[in-house]
This record gives sequence, C-alpha cells and structure tokens, in this order.
Amino acid sequence: MNRNEIKEIVNNFLIEDIEVEADALKDEAFLKEDLGIDSLDFVDIVVVVEQNFGFKIKPEEMTNVKTLSQFYDYIEGRIKAT
Amino acid sequence: MKRVVITGIGIHSCIGTNVEEVRKSLYNGKCGIGIDPARTEYGYRSPLTGVVPRPELKGVLSRRQRICLPEEGEYAYAATEQALKDAGIDLDYLEKNETGILYGNDSSSKAVIESHEICVEKRDTTLLGSGAIFQSMNSTVTMNLSTIFKLRGINMTISAACSSGSHTLGLGAMFIRLGLQDMIVCGGAQETNYLSMASFDGLNAFSTRVDEPLKSSRPFDKNRDGLVPSGGAATLILEEYEHAVKRGAPIYAEILGYGFSSNGVHISQPSDHGSAVAMERALADANLKPVDIDYINAHATSTVIGDGYEAMAIDRVFGAQKTPVSSTKGMTGHECWMAGASEIVYTLLMMKHSFIAPNINLEEPDDMSKNLNIIVKTLDKNLDICLSNSFGFGGTNSALILKKF
Repeated sequence: MNRNEIKEIVNNFLIEDIEVEADALKDEAFLKEDLGIDSLDFVDIVVVVEQNFGFKIKPEEMTNVKTLSQFYDYIEGRIKAT
Repeated sequence: MKRVVITGIGIHSCIGTNVEEVRKSLYNGKCGIGIDPARTEYGYRSPLTGVVPRPELKGVLSRRQRICLPEEGEYAYAATEQALKDAGIDLDYLEKNETGILYGNDSSSKAVIESHEICVEKRDTTLLGSGAIFQSMNSTVTMNLSTIFKLRGINMTISAACSSGSHTLGLGAMFIRLGLQDMIVCGGAQETNYLSMASFDGLNAFSTRVDEPLKSSRPFDKNRDGLVPSGGAATLILEEYEHAVKRGAPIYAEILGYGFSSNGVHISQPSDHGSAVAMERALADANLKPVDIDYINAHATSTVIGDGYEAMAIDRVFGAQKTPVSSTKGMTGHECWMAGASEIVYTLLMMKHSFIAPNINLEEPDDMSKNLNIIVKTLDKNLDICLSNSFGFGGTNSALILKKF
C-alpha cells in the first residue's frame, strides 16, 4: 500500500466516519486545532483504523502525531513494520 | 404553592410521528402494531410490536451528538424538538433561561448488548467506540438531551418501569410548585429493537395473536392473550403558570394532582389497593372528588391480571358515577417506559379536541371490566378534568389529574 492509497483511505474515513470537512484535509492541518478532532473522536479513530488497516493504534506512539501529514506517516510506518 | 401548566407537547410513536398524526389515529381508532420477523428468528414467542419509524437525524445533529444517542434517545430528541417548538422555545431561550429535564427511561439494551458482542469478538474494550458508554446508561436520554438543548436546571432520569414517564410529570410538577424551577422538559422514551424485549417476552406476557396484529392488543377484553410491546417517545413542557402567561405561551392544561404509591407485594403482579391509593392521592392532591373526573385514561395493557386489578380499583373509586374509561393501548401497544408520558399527550389531545379515544378491540368484557363504563367507539365529548393511570413492575404506581385550559 503506497502513501497515496493510505491518504485516500484515511481521508475517506475522516470525511465519512468522523465527518471532517473535506476542504480542511490538508497535509499541514493540525488534527486538534484545524480538524476539530477531540479525545472522544480519537477513540473512534482507533476503531476505524482497526477496521481499515487491521491494526490497533498504540496511544504512546501517537504523542508526537500532531498534523495530518504526521498521521499519514504513522500509518505508513505501522504498515511497513508488519 | 405555584401552579403548573403544560405548554408544549411532542410525540414520536407507532400511531404517528407528530401531534396531528397522533390526534387523527386516536380519533379514528388506528392501530400501530405489526410484525417484526427478527424477533421470531431471535427466539421470541411473539413477533408482535408497535412499529415505530427511526428518525433521520443525519444533517440535523452533529456526529458527536448522533453517536451518543441510542434508539430511544433518537425518539426522545424527535419528540422534544417538537414539544419545545410547540411551546415557542428555541435554543437561544434555553441558553438564557434555566430549564430542567426529568425524563423516563428504564433500559438501553441494544447499546449494552452490542458492546458485549464487540468485546466477545475483539477482546478489546478500546474498539467499542466513544458513543457506547453514553448510549448504554439508563440516564442516556437526559444526558444527551441536556447537552443538545443546553439545559441547565434539574437533570435526571426517572426509572420506574412502566410508570417512569408519568412520575417525571408528577415530580416535575413538584419542583415547579415549590418554586425551584420555572420550566422542565418531561417525558418518557422506550426502545423498540428486538434486543430490548426478549426477557419480557420470556415471561409469556406478550400476545401471540400473530394472524391479527391489529386485534392483538385488547385491553379489558375477555379474549385477550397478553400485551404487545411498543415504544417511541413523548415529551411535555411543564411550566410555572405565571411564567407561561408572561411568555404568552399556549397552555394545554394544568396539572392539578399527582398521586403515587408502591404496592410492596409482588414484583410483577399489580394491586387493586395500590392502584386505588394512587388515584385517591391524586384526587386529594387536586382537592377533587371522583365525580369531578370526566375521563380516565387507563393503564390497562391487555393482560388478564393487570387489567383485572385496575378495573377493580377504578370501580372502587369511580364506580358510583360510572366515569368514562378507555385504554389507548389497543392502538399503541404497551409503550412501557414511555407510556406514562405518551398517555398524557393522548389525554391532552382528547381534551383539546373534545373526544374520548376508543378502547379498541374490546368485544366482550370480563367479570371485572363489565362494571366499568368503557368507551369502545370514539365519543365526541367535552372533557374538562381527566385522570391518567400508570403502573409498573415492582408495584410503582402513578396517577395524574389534568384540567383543560
């Protein structure tokens, strides 16, 4: 799975499941401040990541994930590691 | 003591999803009962249920608001949105004026069972999602509606089995009488999914008249074979009288009396004594005599024992003047946690439009019900003061008396 495919899947569930505005999905967007993703939304992101990519997000690995680009990086890294 | 009036009503039920639809159904004796094949597949004795459409809330509520709402919460939102609008209340008003909520609910089975199923499959609670806890708690309706509608007054759920909705109105009236609140959102909600009623079905309490769903719920009829579960939600806006007048709000009725009692005997069997105590207490609270009551909306659910004990109690208190009685559950089925609130909405509609809704499917009274003046065909009649009964498992009883404005 290449980065573009990852971006497409992530963007799709952010729009469909988390109901983030499509126009807001820019690489440099901050998950919390720009996309409005709060701690409860993040609980749902754990669920949709497991459904879409087959692995569970480890909260301690997400501490430095602030922007959408960093989130793609994290997903990409987890896929490559498996 | 302050006076308490009802200034808004809303309903989402199997006989209509707004007040006007429900008024027509009540007047025409229209039944909302049907078959749910999923119940048969799941192992129910009876697939009969009130058929309640799910409100479409996408585009109405945010994702966060929607994923915290269970089925009964959706119904309660729909009914409350109608009731507030009816009372002339908007979100701006609610942000500026302290308003409370007391709502009846006594289960949220689907949310609990679905969470269990995910855990059994995944063995991981973090995959339940963020809405599960807020959907699963008994207080789900009040916690959701209070945040959606920005309510900042008294905020709690009343769980009192099938009299939950009625007690919310009685308790709400007490808060307002004492001057503690000017306005309270009251009501009752009941889930209708197949997961919610399995254990009740297991008591052999439900009608199995599957070949005639529209005739399956037969309150007071000798040939009844059980109740039919149903649900939805009903909301009523309770308001302090002077407050309502100052706002220029439409007033449906005044709550004159609230009577309660507990049988203290059997967990499922009702009691004529406890039922009579609740009615007599409501009369005393209203400073009225039995002869003052124009109509009784009975709790009668279409079970032999329940209908029988209520008939005995009504006959004991109101027998001398043969007060007109009907149970609307022949049309609605038993709306359980919602019933005590929805039946106040039904009674208010009868009072406003001057008719008594029929006790449908009563073809042959039994030894108890033959003593009552049960209205089997729609009767056009002016109604000034009415009483509504609600009784629940554990022997919790509530009776409310309303006076038309």
